[in-house]
Parts: sequence; C-alpha cells; structure tokens
Amino acid sequence: MNMHAQQPQRTGAETALLEAYDSRLSVLPGDGAVTVKRDNALEVLKAGLPTKRIEAWHYTDLRRLLTAVPQHDASAVADKLGALLDGSAVLPVLNGVSSANLPSVDGVRFERLEDKLRDGSFAPALEVQGTDDAIGALNAAFVADGYFVDIEADAEIAAPIELQNIQAGGQTHSRFPVRVGDRAKVTIVERQTGEGAGLSTSISHLTLGEGAEVLWIIVQDQPDDSTYLGQFNAALGKDSKLTLFFMNAGGRLVRQEVRVGTAGEGSDFQLRGINLLAGDTHTDVTMVLDHTKPHTGSRELIRNVVTGKARGVFQGRINVHQIAQKTDAKMACNTLLLSDDGEFSTKPELEIFADDVQCGHGATVKEIDHDHLFYLKARGIDEKTARGLLVKAFLAEVIEELEVEPIVEALEARLDQWFATHG
Amino acid sequence: MLEIKNLHARIAEDGTEIIRGLNLTVKAGEVAAIMGPNGSGKSTLSYVLAGRDDYEVTEGDILYNGESILEMDPAERAASGIFLAFQYPMEIPGVATMEFLKVAMNAQRKARGEEPLKIPELLKRVKEAAGSLNMDIAMLKRPLNVGFSGGEKKRAEILQMKLLEPQLCVLDETDSGLDIDALKIVADGVNALRSPDRAIVVITHYQRLLEYIVPDSVHVLYRGQVIKSGDKSLALELEANGYAGVIDEAA
Repeated sequence: MNMHAQQPQRTGAETALLEAYDSRLSVLPGDGAVTVKRDNALEVLKAGLPTKRIEAWHYTDLRRLLTAVPQHDASAVADKLGALLDGSAVLPVLNGVSSANLPSVDGVRFERLEDKLRDGSFAPALEVQGTDDAIGALNAAFVADGYFVDIEADAEIAAPIELQNIQAGGQTHSRFPVRVGDRAKVTIVERQTGEGAGLSTSISHLTLGEGAEVLWIIVQDQPDDSTYLGQFNAALGKDSKLTLFFMNAGGRLVRQEVRVGTAGEGSDFQLRGINLLAGDTHTDVTMVLDHTKPHTGSRELIRNVVTGKARGVFQGRINVHQIAQKTDAKMACNTLLLSDDGEFSTKPELEIFADDVQCGHGATVKEIDHDHLFYLKARGIDEKTARGLLVKAFLAEVIEELEVEPIVEALEARLDQWFATHG
Repeated sequence: MLEIKNLHARIAEDGTEIIRGLNLTVKAGEVAAIMGPNGSGKSTLSYVLAGRDDYEVTEGDILYNGESILEMDPAERAASGIFLAFQYPMEIPGVATMEFLKVAMNAQRKARGEEPLKIPELLKRVKEAAGSLNMDIAMLKRPLNVGFSGGEKKRAEILQMKLLEPQLCVLDETDSGLDIDALKIVADGVNALRSPDRAIVVITHYQRLLEYIVPDSVHVLYRGQVIKSGDKSLALELEANGYAGVIDEAA
C-alpha cells in the first residue's frame, strides 16, 4: 500500500520551474556528469517546493510565497556596479553571465564558472544538501555561470575582491566557489542586486586553509519586486578565521542561508548581520553552524530594523558535536520595530552533544526609546532625523566591529541610503 | 520673553493634573529662579515648556516672544531658541557626542535658514566651549552621556547650551548631583550666558545654586501654582525657614 499522500497539484511557480528546465537544459553549460547532477536536483524540485511543514522552512513557506517565476531573458542588460570599496578587483556576473575579461591579482587565480561546468570539473560540487535544500536544488539545476576564485597559500591580498551578481529582471542562477590557501588573507565583497522583478539564486562555497583569514561581506539590495535565494557555505580549516558580514536591504522575497562548519581545530567564525526590512516584503536568514572540532569559537550578532508591513526571520542553529569540546559559541538577535505591522521571528537553536562547552543565545525586540527621541528633539533635531540617528545607533555596533574604516564608511553610506528612502 | 498665563497641564496617560493655573513672566535679560518642594510641579513645568508629549496642556497659554508655542513640537521649540537642560540627561548608546552636537547645531541652523557649519569651524566652537567648562575633548568621542558621571552629564548639558545659543534657557535641577567644584564650573558657564536678550529660568530645590547664579527674581511653586514671587532675598528666607511658612501664608 502506498503510504505517501497524493502529490498535491503543482503551483504555478513549480510548473514554471519544471518547464523552464525543459527549455533551458539544452543551452545550459556542461553535459555528462553535470547533467546527471542537474537531473538529480530536478528530482528534488519535482517533489515540490518546501512548505511550512518542513521545519527548516517553517517561517518561509516557499511554496506559498514564491509566486513569480520569470523566464531567463538572454537579451536583458545588467550594468556592472562601482565597487563598494575603492581599489577592488571586480568580477561581475551580469544577467547570469560572467565576463571573459578577468582581472589580474597577484596570488589569485580566477576562472569563469561556465568553463568549469563545460569541462565537467565542477560536477561534484553540484550536490544537493538533502531534500530540504531547495536553494541548492534550484541552483544546481539551473546554474549557468559565476566565478571560481583560488587564492594561493601565504598570499596577503590587499585589494578586496568583489563578486557582483546583477540580475536584469529574468531568472539567473550563479555560483561562486572560493578557495583560500593556508595562511592567506583576503577580503571578499559579494553584491546581490539588480533591476526588475527577477528570480535570482546564488551559492558560494568557501574553503579556508590552515590559518587563513577571510572577511566576507554580503550586500544584498535587490529591488522590492524581486526574489533572491542565496546560500553561503564555508568550511573552516585549522586555526582559520572567518568573519561573515551581511546586509539585507531589499528584495520582495529573500532567503539567505548560511552554512558553516568549523572543520579544523582552533577555527573561529564570526557572523555579523543587518536586516533592513521595509514595505510588504519577506526576508529570512537561516544559519546552520556545526562545531565539529574541539577548541572552536563562534559569535553571531544580528540586528534587524523592521518597518512597514515587512516580515523578517532569523533561524540560528548551532550544533556542537560530541567531539567539539571547549566550544565557545554565543548568538544574539536584536530587533527594532518601527511600525505596528512589521514583524520579526527569531528561532535560536542550540544542540549540544559535548559536555565541556560555553554556549548561549539571546533575542530581544524593542521599539524606539521614547525618552531618547524626546531628548534629541529637544535639541532641535526633527523627528525623522532623530529616529534615523537612533536607528543608526542601534546598528552601529555591528558595523563598527568590522574596524576597517573604509568598510565601515561604505556600509554606513548604504545605511543612510536605505534610510533616505525608507526612514 | 516668556509669559505663562493660567497654565493647566496634566499627565497625558492618566489625566493627573500637575500644573494648576500657573502664571509667570520672565523678561529678556532676567534670571528667574523657580523653587518649590518635591512634587510641586517644577520638572513638569520644564517638560511642558520643552513640549514633551507625555503632558497635555488643558487650559491657559505659553507665550514666547509674544507667540503661543503650544502647537509647536519639541524640535520647533528648540530651533526657535528654547533650551531645556535636563535634570537627568539621557544616555544614548551608539550616538557619538560629537556627531550629536553636529547634527543638533546644524538642524537648528537649517531651521533658521542658515548654512550648516563647516567641520573646522564646528570643531573650533566645540573645543572652545568644552575648554571653558573644563571638559576633556576626548569625552566627546564617546557615546552621548554613556558612562559620564553625574557632573560630566550636567557639564555636557551646559556645553550644548553654550553651543546652541538659545534665547530662553530652562535649567532643571542642574545643581543636583554636583560637587562644589563642578557646581562652580557649571554656574560660571551659565553666568557667561547672561545677556540682555536672553532669559534664564533656573529650577532648583536648594538655595545653594543661587549663591553662584544670582537670580533677578525668585518664584515659589507649590501644587502647580506660583504662590509667591520676590527678589533673591526670598530664596534666603526659604533657606532659613523652609517652605512651610510661605505655604501657610498662601493658604
């Protein structure tokens, strides 16, 4: 007897995705092993998009929320952006297509991902991480391009590397595998933006060698009618250090997944994030962090500002494996609600199988302090400016901890820009 | 400069009336002291003047330079030249004091149709004013009032007052929490602001402050009304005999 429930009727979005696969497969790069991986990914999609009954998607019912699936539009035009940080080596993916004109940086090798798909060498990386990995499946089925970045051991890369993924209203799927050699140091900026009601997925895979240090900054400011599904994966080598900063400041439907494993003893992961949520939008940040080796540390600090009818989600799951003694992990998620209709859901989870660890988490939700507001107004500062100052004050800590002056300034400028339109 | 006429004000939330028919006139160039026992409505009066929305004016009027300010919000009042030095200045984490001073000074200049101050000019003014109050400029890099001692907070209030150059200064219990040295510095700061076209209202519990900021007039506030006015000798009389005598006299 078949115990499985009858497959529910496909939504418009699900049907559109399956049709898109049929029409796109012949033009997507890669064959053989790559096609096998794409077909496997499609099987995951055929089972239907995740609903709120899937725990990892409980607050973001993708099946219900994903309503628009535009086709890839090869004729659409996206423009390269000015770099967030001066002097960066910029690698743009415009409307899903990388540039043949690769920058030259000492100690770094760049490759177009399209080439790695065509020659089949990227096939093993197109593995979907379980049946709940909808973003992984969507991206593996359709990925067309991106960049591979390989940083040699002991290289200290002074110029930031900026990966730009700019959609132009259609459907685009990109990947950014990055390998950082032993003891190498680098700052990587990831820009996720565009124009029009696009559907964009993007997956990065970062591996840090022994003693490597990486600051990775994601700035996502998609237009308010677009869908963005992102996934950041990292494996941390022995004594390596990763600081991941993200800023979500746009998009109608956004999910940013962060999947990190402290694969090496003594490694350290720092997550700092800002969600600026406005309008009638839905933004989900879901982190899964595995402490799999002893003596590893992590701190997660997320600050959210919610206005309009925006809804936000942060799921932070920390798994401390039995072997991971002396783990030191702390997670905090603080929300400032600026409107009655905005909402933010926080779900911290600690699963600890080791007995000698320090782990903690905290979540708060508050409104703008009435007394603070009065004090500022009593000095002649108008309501809007005063609220702006207080919101920036709430977020300042997360940005200032990055400590690099040009980065702090660039991100504060982005904050001001967001506030000028949404404050 | 300031005319308060039959003012009635209550707490917005529960309707408790605090100011009950208060009359007071302060002329340009005058330093007026408002004294009174705890709960007489002194701090409420200062908040009502500044426009705090936790209080509602139900009757009467406040005229500033002949115009009612009741419809103006706190920022407009401040930009028009009314300054309240808080009894308990707010600690605002994340807002650097210097940044706050810049935004406040330029917001007021903008409201008056003036150009924003250039950074070097702004720094010069802040340094000068801070120096005169014996304030360490390094303090101004810290978040506004966060971790400041009681005396430092009061000095920071006077610093703001000097920089914003208001026409009407209202000092709410500026002496509370100050040791004698800090009190002198703060009083010197206030005295330096005395001028024929500026009025200063000093709200205080004790006569002590008035030895350093000598008032032109003294008004006793009790149950939300001015029950007695006089010159500086009234403050000495209160110091000697307490409020009871004046209150009995008025009853």
